[in-house]
Amino acid sequence: MNDYPIRIRSFGVHAILVEWPDQVDTVVLNDILQYAQCLREHFKAEPIALVTAYNSLTLISEREPLDLKEMESTLFALYEKRTGTPPGQKYLWRLPVCYDAEFGIDLEAVSDRLGLSTEELITLHTKNSYTVYGIGFLPGFMYLGGLTAALEIPRRPKPRLRVRKGAVGLAGKQTGIYPQESPGGWNIIGNCSVPIFDATKETPCLISVGDQVQFYAISRSEYELHKIEGEVGIYQVEKSLLNG
Amino acid sequence: MVNVLKSGFFTTVQDTGRFGYRDKGVPVSGIMDDLTVNQINGLLENDPKAAVLEITMTGPTLLFGEATHVVLGGAQMSATLNNTPIENHKIYAVSEGDILSYGKLEKGFRGYLAIKDGFKTDAVLGSKSMFFQVTPTNHISDGDVLAFDRDMSFEPKITAFKTEDLLDENVLEVFKGPEYGILVDKQLERIFSDGFLVSKENNRMAYQLQETVLGHGHTMLTSATLPGTVQLTPEGRLIILMKDGQTTGGYPRILQLSKKAIAILAQKKFSDTISFKLV
Repeated sequence: MNDYPIRIRSFGVHAILVEWPDQVDTVVLNDILQYAQCLREHFKAEPIALVTAYNSLTLISEREPLDLKEMESTLFALYEKRTGTPPGQKYLWRLPVCYDAEFGIDLEAVSDRLGLSTEELITLHTKNSYTVYGIGFLPGFMYLGGLTAALEIPRRPKPRLRVRKGAVGLAGKQTGIYPQESPGGWNIIGNCSVPIFDATKETPCLISVGDQVQFYAISRSEYELHKIEGEVGIYQVEKSLLNG
Repeated sequence: MVNVLKSGFFTTVQDTGRFGYRDKGVPVSGIMDDLTVNQINGLLENDPKAAVLEITMTGPTLLFGEATHVVLGGAQMSATLNNTPIENHKIYAVSEGDILSYGKLEKGFRGYLAIKDGFKTDAVLGSKSMFFQVTPTNHISDGDVLAFDRDMSFEPKITAFKTEDLLDENVLEVFKGPEYGILVDKQLERIFSDGFLVSKENNRMAYQLQETVLGHGHTMLTSATLPGTVQLTPEGRLIILMKDGQTTGGYPRILQLSKKAIAILAQKKFSDTISFKLV
C-alpha cells in the first residue's frame, strides 16, 4: 500500500480534517477507508464521527473539543499503522432501475443530445459499476464515480423544484439517485424502485462509502412488483461481498 | 400532555441532535441556540438532552392537560400564562387547563419552551429533533398533542436567573476554515472590516448573507461540512450552514463559527446585522 503525504489540520474546535492528494481515485479512497477503520478501532470508546468523502476524512467530536496539538502525532502514527487493521467489508449493490418514459423524463432528450439511442444509453449506464465516493447533500445521497465519458452531460440550466424520490440522474461526471423527493438540477433518466434511505430502519442506509453500485434495467411491471415487495418489507436488495 | 391550539409560524421539537448518521448524510439537527437551552433545561434540573420546543418568529398557543413546570428562554416573544405576562429564565408552575400563548416578537428570533423532564415525543434515529427528511413532520401543527410526564413533586433549587443576553450580540467569533487560504486581500478586507445583513434565505439549514464579496474560481472535491461552516460560492456569496445543514459540500469552507457564534446567529432574522471576528 502506498503512503500518501496526508495533511492534518483543525476544522473549528470540534473537528479535525485529514486530506489526501486532490484526486478521484479508488486507490486513494481505499487508503482513506483503511485509515478510517484504524481510527474507528482506536477511538471506539469516544463519540467521534468519521465522515469520508473523495480525498478527505473528517473526525468530528460530538461533545468535547478535539485538540489538534494533542492529537496530531497520534493521528500520524495511526496512519503508519493502518495496514495492521483488517479492512472493512465492501459490497457490490445491484440496484433495479426502471427507464420507462414516465420516470425517465429526460431520457429521450439526453439520448438525442449524446447522439445515442435510448437503448444504447441504458446499456452504457448499466454496464459499469460505480464507486461510492461520498454520502451527503441529502440523507442517503451517494456521490458515484466511474461514469463513462459518453454519458457526461451538463446539469439542467434550471433546477426542477421537485424531483421524485428514487429518480436516477446524470450530471457532469456523476450519476446518482435522489433518495428523497427534493429540488434538483440533474437530468432524470429513470427511477430506482429500492429505497436508498429509510429513517424507520435501525440501519437507515445500507450502502456505505467505498461500496460499489451497479444498475440493472427492469420493466414497468417488475418496478411495480418491487414497490409492493418494498412496502410489505420482503424485498431483498441484491448484494455481494467485494473483499474478504 | 400539551394540546397545540395554534402552532405559530414554525414551531419544532428539538433536542441536542441526531448523532451517528453523518456518514449517511444525515445532519445533526437539534437546538439552534443551545447556549440558551442548556441554561433553561438546567434551571429545571433536566437532562441536557431533554426535548424542548423551538419557536420561530411567532409563538404557538398551548393548552396544558396536566400540571408541570416550564421555563422560557431565547427570543422575547411577549408570552403570557392565562393572559398574565411571563418572563424568560424563570420557572413557572402550570396547572391543568392553563393556556400559554405568545404575542409580538420583541427581540431575537427563536424562543424556547423547556418543560420539566422534557417533551416525550417519538424519537427517530435516536433523536426527537424534527427534520423533514428523517421525521414524519418537520414542525408541529394545530391540533397536535405533545406528551410529557406529569410533575407534581418538583421543588426548584433556584427559580430564576439573570443571564448575559446573547440577543444584543452581533459579533460572530470564527476560526479559519479549511479553505481560508484561498481568500485574497480584497475578500479578507471585506469579510472582516464591515458587517453583513442576514438575507431572506435564512432557516434551520443555512443563513445566507445579503452582501457578496469578490467571487473565486477555486474548485474542490466534496468534503465534510459542519453546523457553523461558512461556505463561499463562486459568485462571492457567504452561506453559513446551521443545524439542519448538509453534511458535505463542494464550496470552499472559509470560516468556522464557534458554538457561541452559532447560538448568536440563531437569534438573527432577515436584515439583522452581523460581523465576523477571527479568534
